Amino acid sequence: MAEALLALSGVSKAFGGLKAVQDVSLAVPEGSLTGLIGPNGAGKTTLFALMSGFLRPDAGTVRFGGRDVTGLAPHLAARAGMTRTFQIVQPFAAQTVRENVAVGAHLHERRRTAALAAAESVCARVGLAAQLDKPAADLTVAGRKRLELARALATRPRLLLLDEVLAGLNPQEIAEMLPVVRGIAADGVTVLMIEHVMQAVMNLAAHVWVLAQGRLIAEGTPAEVTSDARVVEAYLGHGTAARLLARAGAAPAGQGAA
Amino acid sequence: MRDAVGIAAFAAAIVALTAWLESGVWLTFLMMTLYGALLAQSWNLLGGFGGQFSFGHALFFGTGAYVQAIAQVGHGANPWLALPLAVLAAAAVGAFVGALSFRYGLKGSYFALVTLAFAEVFRILALSVGFTGGGVGLMVPLREGAANMQFGSRKGYVLLVLGFVVAALAVTAWLRRSRFGARLQAVRDNEDAARAVGVDPFATKLGAIVLSGGFMGAAGAFYVQVFQYVDPAIAFGPHTSVEALVAAIVGGMGTLWGPLLGAFALHALADLTRNLFGQLPGLNMVIYGTVLVLIVMFVPRGLAGGGASVRDAWRSARRSAGHRDG
Repeated sequence: MAEALLALSGVSKAFGGLKAVQDVSLAVPEGSLTGLIGPNGAGKTTLFALMSGFLRPDAGTVRFGGRDVTGLAPHLAARAGMTRTFQIVQPFAAQTVRENVAVGAHLHERRRTAALAAAESVCARVGLAAQLDKPAADLTVAGRKRLELARALATRPRLLLLDEVLAGLNPQEIAEMLPVVRGIAADGVTVLMIEHVMQAVMNLAAHVWVLAQGRLIAEGTPAEVTSDARVVEAYLGHGTAARLLARAGAAPAGQGAA
Repeated sequence: MRDAVGIAAFAAAIVALTAWLESGVWLTFLMMTLYGALLAQSWNLLGGFGGQFSFGHALFFGTGAYVQAIAQVGHGANPWLALPLAVLAAAAVGAFVGALSFRYGLKGSYFALVTLAFAEVFRILALSVGFTGGGVGLMVPLREGAANMQFGSRKGYVLLVLGFVVAALAVTAWLRRSRFGARLQAVRDNEDAARAVGVDPFATKLGAIVLSGGFMGAAGAFYVQVFQYVDPAIAFGPHTSVEALVAAIVGGMGTLWGPLLGAFALHALADLTRNLFGQLPGLNMVIYGTVLVLIVMFVPRGLAGGGASVRDAWRSARRSAGHRDG
């Protein structure tokens, strides 16, 4: 297989004494839909910031599309084809949905009318067509998540880094969002998503990495990582895996974990 | 397209008004209002559309004014040739200050303080070096004639400043429907989000401060042509900086017509209070200040923004009425 679209090797970042990300290496194959999971404070968002140039790693390299992009400014990373979204949504509040998304479309489109038209079709893809002329500030949380996604998608990325696009949504909204994300991946965009909503990742991603306290502790298919004792411990606390195992042994039907 | 029609209609109306007016008082009022509008418009390009609040726009104004004056006094240049130099010099100072502050990510009050400090530095420099005439200032010799950009009647000056104002309107309208303008407003609203979708905030803000500086330089050159005199306090003192930003904020930041509206409202208010309460010194300023506070309190989006909110409310009322009918 050719080189992965995004490859991290030995990436580390510390803030003062806090080692937010330590020696992380991973490779995202082109055309895949993958996930990055981990408990709160594991360093997932920091890792995204390191990939997309918002932070410069203390050590290690980030390669994207066969090119070293370590510490490349975010707008240049976006130009190279890697666009991220934000966990805490960051709309251009004073502008309409259409104008928000057009800013992304302008990356490859100089003309205003063409960018606005591109924004419209992207909004249709993520289910925002009805809200094109609404000010971004008037959107619901679910609407803002879609806007965040649409704006990033409008840059026509090769790799989309989605930071918790499902967090804060109710079950119905999540159910509506899943096909959107799946559709984007089906259209050939490589997607790497940070997710807290485990069930969602399990449904979407073919491969997941688990980050805990700044280190990768497991990777594999969703089924593999959820049965990994280290992952269970990272999420539920030390000793939990053993207890769960003991209980599963006592009650023959092995249900209820995670 | 609608903007172009509006700008053309505005220009035609002012030309007609200028032709019709005979009173020197009213022509001077019109000239000073348009001049105030030009200051506010150029501040609006950077502050309103770019969200970079400068407290020292006199820096660019003074640069334009001094270049216009020195080119004529020191080098005998024709003022029409000096004008592009004045604009370019002010734009270059904009590029210099912008490069320094935006390179190091100065924002908000830090950027405001840096511009304020630069204006002050330039004022002190203008006091200390020889070619500015120091504290005595520079006097441009009187040579009346359109070829020397010195007009016998106020009408010529009104048309000249109208030309600048229309150019600023055109640039502002372009900002509203161009990639550069979209990027500038994106940086204003959320710099990180803009960077994530490929906007270079440094280049974008730099472009805005160069444009803004250029128009401010034109205003400085215009000032010199009208008053034929400039000194360090006039050129780089805080008065011009404040006038530019207050009119833009009162009129509506980030709007096309706001700076014009703001300049008109402020000049009308200032003249009115001066005429009504001129015999009680200070009272006019008290009233002027009170009205300013009231505007900022009750129309925080500015006069143009307030108009827009009224229009939005009207439209949504009509829409819901339409829904009931249908």
